[in-house]
Amino acid sequence: MTDVRTEEPRTVQGAPRIGESAPRPDGIPKVNGSFAFSSDLWHDRMLWGGTLRSPHPSARIRSIDIGPAVAVTGIHAVLTSADVPGSPTYGLEHADQPVLASDVVRYEGEPVAIVAADHPDAVRLALDAIVVDYEVTMPLVDPGVAESSDPIHPDGNLIRRIHLRHGDQEVVGDVVVEGTYEVGMQDQAFLGPESGLAVPAEDGGVELFIATQWLHADRDQVAACLGLEPGLVRLTLAGVGGAFGAREDLSLHAHLCLLALHTRRPVKMVYSREESFHGHVHRHPARMWYRHHADRAGNLVRVEARLLLDGGAYASSSGAVIANATCFAAGPYRVPSADIEGVVVRTNNPPCGAMRGFGAVQVCIGHEAQMDRLAAALGMDPVELRLRNVLAPGDRLSTGQVITGTAPVAEVLRSCADHPSAASLPGDPMSLPGGAGRTADPAHVRRGEAIALGFKNLMFSEGFDDSSSAICRLEGGVATVTCACAEVGQGFVTLAQQITREVLGVDEVVLAPAATATMGSAGSTSASRQSWMSGGAVQAACEEVRVRLLARVADDRGVDPDELVLVEGRVVSLSGDFEADLASVTAEAIEAEVEFRHAPTSPLDENGQGDAHVSFAFSAHRAIVDVDRDLGLVKVVELTTSQDVGRLLNPLQAIGQIEGGAAQGVGLAVMEEVLVLDGRIRNASFTDYLVPTALDMPPVEIAALIEQPEPGAPFGAKGIGEPPCISSTAAVVAAIRAATDLDLTHVPVRPTDIALAGA
Amino acid sequence: MTIARTLDDACVALAEHPDALLLAGGTDLMVGVNRGQVGFDHVVVIDRVDELRGWRREGDELVLGAGLTYAEMGRGELPVLLPALAQAARTVGSPQIRNAGTLGGNLATSSPAGDTLPVLVALDATVVLRSSHGTRKLALDRFVTGVKQNALEPEELIEAVRVPVLDGPQEFLKVGTRNAMVISVASLALVVDRAGRSVRVGLGSVAPVPVRAVEAEAFVDGAIDWDTGSAPEAAVDRFAGLVAEAARPIDDQRGTATYRSHAIGVLARRALRRAFPGGAP
Ligand SMILES: Cc1cc2nc3c(=O)[nH]c(=O)nc-3n(C[C@H](O)[C@H](O)[C@H](O)COP(=O)(O)OP(=O)(O)OC[C@H]3O[C@@H](n4cnc5c(N)ncnc54)[C@H](O)[C@@H]3O)c2cc1C
Repeated sequence: MTDVRTEEPRTVQGAPRIGESAPRPDGIPKVNGSFAFSSDLWHDRMLWGGTLRSPHPSARIRSIDIGPAVAVTGIHAVLTSADVPGSPTYGLEHADQPVLASDVVRYEGEPVAIVAADHPDAVRLALDAIVVDYEVTMPLVDPGVAESSDPIHPDGNLIRRIHLRHGDQEVVGDVVVEGTYEVGMQDQAFLGPESGLAVPAEDGGVELFIATQWLHADRDQVAACLGLEPGLVRLTLAGVGGAFGAREDLSLHAHLCLLALHTRRPVKMVYSREESFHGHVHRHPARMWYRHHADRAGNLVRVEARLLLDGGAYASSSGAVIANATCFAAGPYRVPSADIEGVVVRTNNPPCGAMRGFGAVQVCIGHEAQMDRLAAALGMDPVELRLRNVLAPGDRLSTGQVITGTAPVAEVLRSCADHPSAASLPGDPMSLPGGAGRTADPAHVRRGEAIALGFKNLMFSEGFDDSSSAICRLEGGVATVTCACAEVGQGFVTLAQQITREVLGVDEVVLAPAATATMGSAGSTSASRQSWMSGGAVQAACEEVRVRLLARVADDRGVDPDELVLVEGRVVSLSGDFEADLASVTAEAIEAEVEFRHAPTSPLDENGQGDAHVSFAFSAHRAIVDVDRDLGLVKVVELTTSQDVGRLLNPLQAIGQIEGGAAQGVGLAVMEEVLVLDGRIRNASFTDYLVPTALDMPPVEIAALIEQPEPGAPFGAKGIGEPPCISSTAAVVAAIRAATDLDLTHVPVRPTDIALAGA
Repeated sequence: MTIARTLDDACVALAEHPDALLLAGGTDLMVGVNRGQVGFDHVVVIDRVDELRGWRREGDELVLGAGLTYAEMGRGELPVLLPALAQAARTVGSPQIRNAGTLGGNLATSSPAGDTLPVLVALDATVVLRSSHGTRKLALDRFVTGVKQNALEPEELIEAVRVPVLDGPQEFLKVGTRNAMVISVASLALVVDRAGRSVRVGLGSVAPVPVRAVEAEAFVDGAIDWDTGSAPEAAVDRFAGLVAEAARPIDDQRGTATYRSHAIGVLARRALRRAFPGGAP
């Protein structure tokens, strides 16, 4: 650094606004290790917490003897379900999940007891000392028989069934293709395990510092379990090490608060990696049957589908996931007739819930495989077939909803398909399938290429009353924004500042911590909704401040507010009479709080029809893969993508989302699967749950980011977080099919599926 | 905790604390400690013992120190003298693991998936064990006795591994479901001794211990045209079949027994073809 730099003003002129690649404020701290994640939380007087989990996927609890654990030196509390003062159960949609199991356990890893001690070793000893007498029962592990089996929960084994019927139910196509597909259970595999710190408060309440996606929903559930007024449970967002849906449900939240209130001491808990695999929901495994009908020209006539998702032991957000899967089962295509049944059931497998893509990922794998089969049956080019059927504004979805917003589906597909490939033939053995293992024989490597198209809703659906709140305070020319939006890596902290600068023309923007005590709910950081919802709330709050500011200055100067404008940190009169510095006219603060809502949606009717969704985003991926047919090993050589983004608010962040989402998609295509056998996870570690490394992840070529501003969205921007992991998996799997001429109906594609096909 | 600076330091500390844990790179040990699976009263740290580090040549043999890291196996002259070991080392973990993890640690862990083991068994390596009572040597197949079991006695440590310098090509191939940083599903080391006109094959992750494909070796030694360095296609097929028969794999979360048997046959064929390109159709 030279001396000159230090003389620059503190507020940098031209700090990034909307449309510019503003750097993340937390970027450098995260890279150099100084960022405080929730696992770094510390309190001098704190105790350590731990959780005793069921070793059985299904068992009755005859008795729990905590006596030996209480006797362990250093132990301050051993709590069981009997110590939960409020609601014994919690849940995002249905409160069906016990805070601590009392009479039965329904999945391997279900929490049974919690302890707090002055040292992690004492925690371990105490957990080992608790004696639980289980009567092991036969687990229900096949979702296919869940509905006809004895209920494993008082709420029954059916979590939700939606039977969508659209258009003429008798119509049949000239060409009919059928297929059955299976998607394995994916894990969010975030790097920062569940962790938090609860501190008892003087007023009988509790402060909880926690990595989460939705502070207020957590607060309400925790408060109910503690039997406290929500105001007495105060959550503050701690540094989040990734989320991807896995932090939408409670994990250790209530446990920490119970222990803190019981011991009157701060309590910290951090899950181990293995525990984390048991401690959060996963992406639903799916079994999907499809039948597509088309006329000879390639126009889709009808789509039939039967979707079965395994929800695992508790409901979590399964009801909303199956709604998405059902609504988007046919893909972003015009489908005049549809019969789609979506069912999600309860089993003794690990609970499943939210994960990036939320139901749209599984069905994209199905509908895109079907489109390729249809193209083959028709002898048509797969891109041509798709272009013939893609949705456009004004078209109806299979839910009957008319697309009133933007839908540049053809543009997305065409730009991706037409983009020249930069992929070269492999030279370095490291770039062949098998990589560092040097297994490939170049003469036996086959290349495949394919394209896939996908879409998803933005925001919550089915009439959910969704809102976000923000406060903007302008004082001395500095704007302070308060919003409870959880920053989980998506970049709201950057965007909120850009939006504020854009609206108010200020350079210096301070973002207050996200907490429940200071703010109303911002809703969940999920469903690609925060740029729209909390971005919208920040925009509206800033606009309200601007209006009040101009009114104040107009009043002072005795002019009409319409005569005044805000430019680059100054209030300027259009007549040119005067100019006032923002800092001086805001010596006395101006503050505005706004609750922002999107246009309302309606529930689905008994035929799965209704205007259930707010907006849609579309993406396409083209994959090029090299496959070692003999060993079944795959190298993804290149991924090219186009995405419908509405408007780019921050290109750098958009690329980050697009590359990261594609990596998760590649992972699901070729390696990421939580292996569950008889209800037990066999690979609860990063040794055996594999996520792509740099050698597995190809360069992501962005063919086009289509900017067609979406009506109703702040600045016209659509959420961009989820589409990158929707069509990427389908494209990679299709490219492997192209390279091998195999059907490959299981995702992820396993080496055996290729190497031993037909054996 | 003892931080040993010399081999004697380490042996004395082990004699005093026969149940002490040895800590080299810590890349296996700390995983167990963090999981609470490994308890200990005393630790003897050996990564600063000069006598255990590096390698040297003694005539036709190489003496590889127990403290030799994977990164070092891939540097300098070793990739020329022991290509299979260098290739195996490159497949291990990530750069961080390769900088810390050691040969001695891999041997002492005795995992069926330990990546140096197929190479060492193919090379007929000898393990040099040391304690305050003296030194003893064990052939590798006597050293590794079962899944994560070996012949190390209390108070003993691995000092070095002795392997021959051979004239001939060497190959190491490893199948994993990821292109790097993956535990082996099946692996194979093939070394050729031109002078002795023999091919030796070590297999990893397909049996409780690293195994030699003895019948396949005997067959192929006679089937190769040593003068031209070529192998007829039919011989390659039969060799691959015999190697696959030598495997005794199991089903686990990383792969099925059927896939492992199949894969090891594919690896055998490819390794042999790389070593003897002549004669390919
Ligand atoms: C992320 C990750 C990836 C990995 N990938 C691979 C892989 O791809 N392939 C593979 O084979 N392994 C892999 N490993 C395992 C590990 O790195 C290797 O086994 C390594 O060689 C262990 O050596 P170390 O020096 O770290 O041993 P340590 O962890 O220090 O010790 C391991 C064991 O050996 C004992 N020990 C160490 N040195 C001696 C000695 N001189 N004499 C007697 N006993 C001794 C210790 O007491 C301990 O029981 C991986 C590990 C991690 C964490």
